[in-house]
Order: sequence, then C-alpha cells, then structure tokens
Amino acid sequence: MIAERSITTQKIIEAISAKANKVGFVVDTELTEALQFLETNGIPNNKHEDYKYCNMDAVFKKEFKNITQEFNEIKNTDVKPYKLEEAINLVVANGTYNESLSDKIIVKGITIKCLNDLTGNSSPVGNLAKSNSDAFVALSNAFSGNGIYVQVQKGNLIPMPINIIYINSAKEESLINPRSFIHIQPNAEVTITERFVNVGKKAFSNFLSEKLIEENAKLTSYSIQEEGNESFSVNTNQVKVGRYATYDNTTITLSGQLVRNNHNVVIAGENSQSHLNGLFLTSGTQLVDNHTLMDHQVPNCESSELYKGVINEKSTGVFNGKIYVRKDAQKTNAYQSSKNILLSDDGTINTKPQLEIYADDVKCSHGTSTGKIDENALFYLKARGIGDESARKLLLAAFANEVVDKIQIESLKTHLETELNKLY
Amino acid sequence: MISIKNLHASINGKEILKGINLEVKAGEIHAIMGPNGSGKSTLSSVLAGREDYDVTEGEVIFNGKNLLDMSAEDRAREGLFLAFQYPIEIPGVSNINFLKTAINEIRAYNGKEAIEAKDFLALIKEKQKLVELDSKLTGRSVNEGFSGGEKKRNEIFQMAILEPKLAILDETDSGLDIDALRIVANGVNKLHSKNNAFVVITHYQRLLDHIVPDFVHILFDGRIVKSGTKELALELEAKGYDEIKHQFEKLQG
Repeated sequence: MIAERSITTQKIIEAISAKANKVGFVVDTELTEALQFLETNGIPNNKHEDYKYCNMDAVFKKEFKNITQEFNEIKNTDVKPYKLEEAINLVVANGTYNESLSDKIIVKGITIKCLNDLTGNSSPVGNLAKSNSDAFVALSNAFSGNGIYVQVQKGNLIPMPINIIYINSAKEESLINPRSFIHIQPNAEVTITERFVNVGKKAFSNFLSEKLIEENAKLTSYSIQEEGNESFSVNTNQVKVGRYATYDNTTITLSGQLVRNNHNVVIAGENSQSHLNGLFLTSGTQLVDNHTLMDHQVPNCESSELYKGVINEKSTGVFNGKIYVRKDAQKTNAYQSSKNILLSDDGTINTKPQLEIYADDVKCSHGTSTGKIDENALFYLKARGIGDESARKLLLAAFANEVVDKIQIESLKTHLETELNKLY
Repeated sequence: MISIKNLHASINGKEILKGINLEVKAGEIHAIMGPNGSGKSTLSSVLAGREDYDVTEGEVIFNGKNLLDMSAEDRAREGLFLAFQYPIEIPGVSNINFLKTAINEIRAYNGKEAIEAKDFLALIKEKQKLVELDSKLTGRSVNEGFSGGEKKRNEIFQMAILEPKLAILDETDSGLDIDALRIVANGVNKLHSKNNAFVVITHYQRLLDHIVPDFVHILFDGRIVKSGTKELALELEAKGYDEIKHQFEKLQG
C-alpha cells in the first residue's frame, strides 16, 4: 500500500524538485519533516477519510503523468482583467511574487515581501501550517514557490482593499505551489481578496495560506476561484484568530475541474469571531469539495458557517464542516449551515456536519438542506409573464445572493454577478 | 374575452373539474362561488397554467387563441392574471426587480422595448397609491415577511402594474379584515373598464358587497350548477351551501 502510494508521490517529487526554488523561509526541520511525511503517507486517495470524495492520488495518476514545470511569461495584459480599480493589486505569478506586475504600495502600514526575504528561525512561515497535518501542506512546505508575505502593522486601518492575484501559465501539465502569509498585527484592519486564475494549460495549484490575526485585529477575506475547468486545485487556509479579533472569509468557486478547499480556523483568542461563507456552482463533471474546521480552543468565541451549492449535470459538491469545541472552550457559540440546490438527476451533493464537543456550556447547531428549485416560486414568477429561463435565473441568483452580498467591494461584486449570471 | 367549454381536469388521476362551461365578455365581472372542495382553486390553477393538473377534455379560447396550448408565462403575456389565494414568498428576489423583469418580458413578447427607468418608477408610485401599499414593502423581497393582508394587496398591486385583460381573483378576500377588503375591492373597481374582465372566486358573499358582479355562478362538484345575477349570491348567503348540495344530490338521484 505505502509502496504504491509512494510511486505517485515519488514521481511528483522528482518532477518538481528539478526546477524548484530553494524554500529558505521554512525551517530545515520542517522541510525534512515535510519530505518524510510525503514519503510515508503519499498523496491521499479515497480510502483516506478526509479525501473520501476527492481521490487526489487518482487525479495525479490520471491527469498529471507528465509534469513539465514549463511556464509562459505572464504579461500585464494577462493580469489586467483581474485587477480591481479600487484596490492595491499584487501578483503572484506561477507561485512567485512578481513586483513589476504589482501596484506600488503608497499606503502606510503595509509591508509586502517575498517569502524568500524571510529566512531562518525568525520566519513565521510554517508556524501555523504543519506538514504532519496534511499531505498538501507538506507538499507546500517542501516545494512552495517564492510566495507573498503581507503584513498590516499595528493599529493601521487600511482604507482600500488588497487584491492578490495568483495567476498560473503552465505550457503543459504543471504543479504550482503558490503560498502566502498574511499577518494582521494587533488593532489593525484590512480587506484582502485572493483571486485564483489560470491563463495557461492544465495546472494543479496547491495553494497554502497562513493567516495570523492578532489581538483586536480584523481580516475580511474573499477567495475567488476562477481558474477555468482545466484546472485542479487544493486550497488550504490555516488561520489563527487572536483575542477580540474577527476573521471573515467568503469563498466563491466559479470554475475548476476539481477544487478542494481546506479551511482550518484555530480560534485561539477569547472573545473572537470567525465567519466562513461559501458558494459554488458546478456543472459537467466538476468536483468542488469544501472542508472546514472551526477549532474552538478558548472560551467565549463565536463562529458561523454558511455554505451554499448549486449542482448541475454530473457534477459533485461536498461540504464537510467540523466544529471542534475543546474542553476549555466554554460559552462557545457555533453555528453551521449548508444549503444546496440539485438541478439534475445525475448530480451529487455530500454534506456532513461533524460536531465534536468537549465543553458543557456551549451553543452549537447545524443545519443542512438539499432540494430542487422551488416549483411554487417558479410558477408564481411564470404566472407574471416571466419566462422559464429568466425565472430560474432569478431564483438561483436569489439563492446565491445570500453569499454574494457578503462581498463589499463594488467592482468585484459586479464581476461576480456577471460571471454567476452565466452559470445560472 | 374567454370561452371555457366542457373543461375536465384531474390531478393524480382524480377528476376535479367535470365539465365547466363559462363565457366571459369584456367589461364583465363574474363571481364564482362554491363550497370547499368544489373545484374553485383548481379552475383558477388550470387557467393560469399550473402543470400539476391534467386537462383531459374540453377547450379554453382566450381572445381567439387556444389558452391550453400556451405556457403559463405566455398566458400572462397574453393578458391573463391570477391573483393567488396563497401568494408565494420568494426570499432574495426584490419586488422591484421581479416587477421590472415581468413588465419587460411581457413588453418583449409584444414586440415593445424595455420600460424606461423613470417611467417604471412613476408607474410603481402611482399604483402603490391605488392599493395603499407601503412603499417600504416594494423594496423588500417578494412577499417575504408580509402579513396576510399585505400579500393580498401586493397581488392587486401587481395586477394594477401589469394591467391584464382578464384577472382571476382566487379567494382574494380570504383572511382579510374589513379595511383590507375595502382597499382590495377599491383597487379592482378602479381598474375595471369596458376593455377588461374579472372573475372573482370566493366562498363568501361579503366581497360582492364591494365588487358588484354582473353574473354569479355556483360551482359544485366540478360543475357550474347554477348561474344568475348578483341576487343569486344573496340567496346563497341566506340558504347556505347545504341547500345547493341537497338539490344537487336529489338531481343525481
């Protein structure tokens, strides 16, 4: 078993090692551990509980037989459509922070660096995401590109959003490991958009972001996944939320043949709030798999999750939401909701709430619903002269808007509404 | 306006309408009364194009066209309007967006251009007054969180906006207090003209104090068993439906 798993892993390691950068920002011990973990455990297949619906080993075997790691040059014109007028736009091209494609930083209180500029033991990178937690974290720790470090300094309220564009341009099959570390210091506040796009051929993007939100800080983050249906990705967010801090994330998946999101929030500071929202619309044979973890480690914290899916044709949607309330995390208030619309007989949705509660004075609840489009509402709209297609679009938009409305950047919201309207 | 001939309809194999005949001309108001389960709501649903029902026999000609061949949306575009007995709540779809989409789809069907924003707003304002609808409600999602009376007024408001040729009011009076009933009836009376027609479906006579019908029909067991003028409604109110049932059962032997 292990030997067989290792073959896939070995091939990947060989293919990417040759052209990989030196990962100087991850400490040596972590690097060694990453490689060891990969050798021992391999890339997870569907026998792995966390990857039950998402056989990553099979994906690599079938779709990434010839990893070349060759890329086309990314030009300004490639990036331009994804820049936001009102934001500071930063570009990570094929895993590497590209300063010349990025906007100049003229706002006080923000530090942007390449991850390679953070070296040795003083580097925070890898402090939150540990290799032994998941094969894709290990893969990133071992082979990450020279990603981006964003720091918002103490007490700064950044008046404009930061928009990080992760853009890939593989010539042929490639595995890219884009990475970020987002550090919000105490009493600071910012909105960060992370957009994932692909202007090249078939790519596997193994994205990892560590997000550290310190005391009384606030991070509003949007993840917009629009890599096209020749792309495969695993996106891991490893978040740590401090005292009185707020973390809000809205993840909208517009495309991707396979999109796996691992969103892990460690609630480490009392009186903090964490909110995760997600929306995905799938068709064809797409698979979108959202795994979340709300790890309540301390008392008096609040968390909520709202994930909505619209599944069409032969596609599959997964929501697996784990809420972990540790023994000390009294007065936890955690809520989770997963709502889905199945538009076809061949589509599949798997939802699984997982509540593990070890404290006795908590409020935790979860709800899940899956249904077809509301026929009564459809008839009501038609009875007013609205055609079948428009009526369905109106109803799906109404369903999706509960999540889309969380987006507070006007130009981004308009873009999403346009793109979503094509999918309804 | 509309000519219904020998209309039979069933749901899940059970026949509900057993041969309805009804002729409504422009400018007329017809009332259809009947006890619960007589087929009143089935009739309105079948005419509006609800697909749960199977029409097994008969025909309906609406302004020269075969109504039963049309989709629900095309019936509405041709000028048929159903005021729902139980208006549907649609969270996330704003009343304004809903009405604008409806108006423009109807206009497009009739070869007209989309309505100008300022004309649309003026229209909304004018018709809101007619049914005394709080302008806050039009900004909200369709019927979401509306009281029973507000929902019914919203139906009449939509009717006023869409200006149908034939409006079917399905128990619009049910669940209304006397003030709401007056407002709804007022709206209907103001919209009534020689070019349009109304079919008012009701269980009780009291709505007919406010909307005076030209004809009253009594529906029983899927058939119109008696037709007359407005006096028939009063007679029915005095004698109750039992009398009708009794007569009918005697006829059946």
